[in-house]
Amino acid sequence: MKDTITLSVFRGDHTGGEERSYDVPVTEGMVVLDAVHYIQQHLAPDLAVRWNCKAARCGSCSAEINGRPRLMCKTRLDVLGEGVIHVRPMKSFPVIRDLVTDVSWNYRVARQIPGFTPAHPAPFVMHQVDVERSQEFRKCIECFLCQNVCHVLRDHDLKSRYVGPRFMIKIAELEMHPMDTVDRIDFTQKDAGVGYCNVTKCCQEVCPEHIHITDNAIIPMKERVADEKYDPVRMLVRAIRGR
Amino acid sequence: MSEAIETHEHDVVIIGAGGAGLRAAISAAQPGVRVAVLCKSLLGKAHTVMAEGGAAAALGNLDAADSWRTHFYDTVRSAHFINNYRTAEIFAKEAPDRIIELEGWGALFDRTPDGKIMQRPFGAHTFRRLAHVGDHTGLELIRTLQYRAIQSEVEFFQEFTSTRLLLDGDRVAGVMGYYRETGRFALFRARAVVLATGGWGRLYQVTSNSWESTGDGAAMAFMAGAELGDMEMVQFHPTGMVWPPGVRGILVTEGVRGEGGVLLNSEGERFMLRYDPERQELSSRDVVARAIYKEVQAGRGTPHGGAWLDITHKGAAFILRKLPNMYDQYLTLANVDITKTKFEVAPTCHYTMGGVRADPETCATTVKGLYACGEVACGLHGANRLGGNSLSDLLVFGRRAGEAAREWAQGLEAQPGIDAAEVQAEQERVLAPFSVEKGENPYDLHAQLQAVMSTHAGIARDRAGLEAGLAKVEELKERSRKVACGGSRMFNPGWHMCFDVKSMLTLGEAIIRSAMARTESRGAHWRTDYPDETEEMGSVNFVVWRDGDEMKLKTAPVPKMPPELRALFETGRAPGVPAPTGSPSERR
Repeated sequence: MKDTITLSVFRGDHTGGEERSYDVPVTEGMVVLDAVHYIQQHLAPDLAVRWNCKAARCGSCSAEINGRPRLMCKTRLDVLGEGVIHVRPMKSFPVIRDLVTDVSWNYRVARQIPGFTPAHPAPFVMHQVDVERSQEFRKCIECFLCQNVCHVLRDHDLKSRYVGPRFMIKIAELEMHPMDTVDRIDFTQKDAGVGYCNVTKCCQEVCPEHIHITDNAIIPMKERVADEKYDPVRMLVRAIRGR
Repeated sequence: MSEAIETHEHDVVIIGAGGAGLRAAISAAQPGVRVAVLCKSLLGKAHTVMAEGGAAAALGNLDAADSWRTHFYDTVRSAHFINNYRTAEIFAKEAPDRIIELEGWGALFDRTPDGKIMQRPFGAHTFRRLAHVGDHTGLELIRTLQYRAIQSEVEFFQEFTSTRLLLDGDRVAGVMGYYRETGRFALFRARAVVLATGGWGRLYQVTSNSWESTGDGAAMAFMAGAELGDMEMVQFHPTGMVWPPGVRGILVTEGVRGEGGVLLNSEGERFMLRYDPERQELSSRDVVARAIYKEVQAGRGTPHGGAWLDITHKGAAFILRKLPNMYDQYLTLANVDITKTKFEVAPTCHYTMGGVRADPETCATTVKGLYACGEVACGLHGANRLGGNSLSDLLVFGRRAGEAAREWAQGLEAQPGIDAAEVQAEQERVLAPFSVEKGENPYDLHAQLQAVMSTHAGIARDRAGLEAGLAKVEELKERSRKVACGGSRMFNPGWHMCFDVKSMLTLGEAIIRSAMARTESRGAHWRTDYPDETEEMGSVNFVVWRDGDEMKLKTAPVPKMPPELRALFETGRAPGVPAPTGSPSERR
């Protein structure tokens, strides 16, 4: 590996900006966030970046590194090859400054999802095998990389119609919780817009927690909606009853 | 230059949105009560998210003999008897209810074969006690509380840096700060304020703490006149990552040892058998951290100055199920497969037992209307915190602080007054770094402070070192008067660092002054010039407070336990444990 590496980092805000180059000395095992910190400490103290834990737990340092959405704290320089490393903010959200984007839309969506409503007060008797599917979704660190690559949100900007992969797994997690009693099928179809997902699986490919977002959450939720809403017998019953 | 300042009015303002702040918000929120949460990061990113091992509560799901008495016993013994017994008593009694409450809010803990909450063994806990989800329990806790809190009427102000507590006479009146995104100021008028701002691990070079842990809350409370206690008590977690350099300090959960991992020195010796034959690797954190430190000093360290941790004997399937994040962390960041090979670990600054002195029942501080809960508060952990006690601490005292703050707020007839001149002065203070020419770089000051603290007030301390450290902190404090930043006010990390450094300098001074006063070794506080625990020092806590521009130090008596609690310690055995019938069993 070389002694120094060049990072080309986006500098700017919602009105625009450009990439600027910084030379950073390389140490063994260095990750992109280390390099960004070096820039902050020595070359550009006002470089804006979100980060908290630097241990891939909090999901704050999401960015696009050489065009691929990644956590900066988990991306080692030595896997990126020898050339210039381009670091840009997530494209699907408005830029606030430099690498920091406005992800507040996600927090507004979160408030709309009907919360956990158990059949009776805890403690519950639940078996490991019954909680494992929801536990997989609860590993989500809300880095929003899945939202960033989702075509519906990224290319078509349909944030008003589709809640995105992050919140599809939130809905699935609640629906698959053994003790939950709320029916979110109507919500999943109409408000959450599950039909917009065209199953390209880009979200699960970028998930740093390796959650099978499409396979284990979105496809089963599509099936539940189809069972409930598009089953021919049920459709006939609804037509006769007029609702 | 003054600007029109955005002003809000609330009954309860909570600073911090980690476990303690969110739990406080949930209990403060009631119809008609105006509650705001101010958090420095985005919601759900606070340091709680990094907690790995679990939340300790005497549920007795696996070991029926466990009870609040045993949890109390373990907590007080590990605190080396200088914590507040009443705080520990309330804690041990209420922790199980708080865990079950989380389950009722949707948390999904790992299960026992009969479908109850699974509990894992952990350092210095007599019984299997930690409710957990793999090695990411903190995430489960914060996410559960976060989604519960957003269902309520609580207002959240994200990425808001609080810089000052405002007072009306001797009681709290509000909080000032600025939005990180725009740099614009806001004033939150409040009848009660709950501090849930976490610890100050960023004072040290090698730390498991996130950037947020700069102690702003404790420093603000100190400025407002609150007392800080036990500041010398800083926990070094025995196992942090060591190599490569960029990851140094990142936590390796105690769960590795809880699930059967063993520590080895460079000669392949399981050295914990020498330091604590009874509890071995699951001894308390202060003992294990010191043991690793001593092995390295004796020339038996690993290539990068630590110890080996080995869990390969448990098999890959077990490790992947119980410690998935540890596996991923070592594979991604260090190219080490922990299912196949032992790996290097060394102590890392992890937790601050000291903090704002808080009443056991209400979490009230010495400033009226100001409450403190979670890591920023002091009282539960004494000289050494037990693993797993932090998460249940957040829940028990977050709830109590939120309730007490609401009751205080409801008892006031009017909103406390705000002094316009003070608001003006605070704006000028906060903006000052922009107009300093050729000033000090805050990142440099921070790096130098970390070096001073690590060298002079780290795991091993002595009088000469502490005195030299204090002189250096004083010098850095002087230089910090000319701290400067450039750029605009919009999301400017260099500017934010100016205040973080000042907070940390205050707390660094408090740590060193308290460490100088405690002329003994107790728990996490190891004085090489006073290697023994003394009876005299066991009856006092050291307290610092502000007198003008000066930091003053005094002693406060450790509250005396009533006879029925004292009796728990007289058999020399934890409650629920039968009298010994032979040699301790081998763990491996």
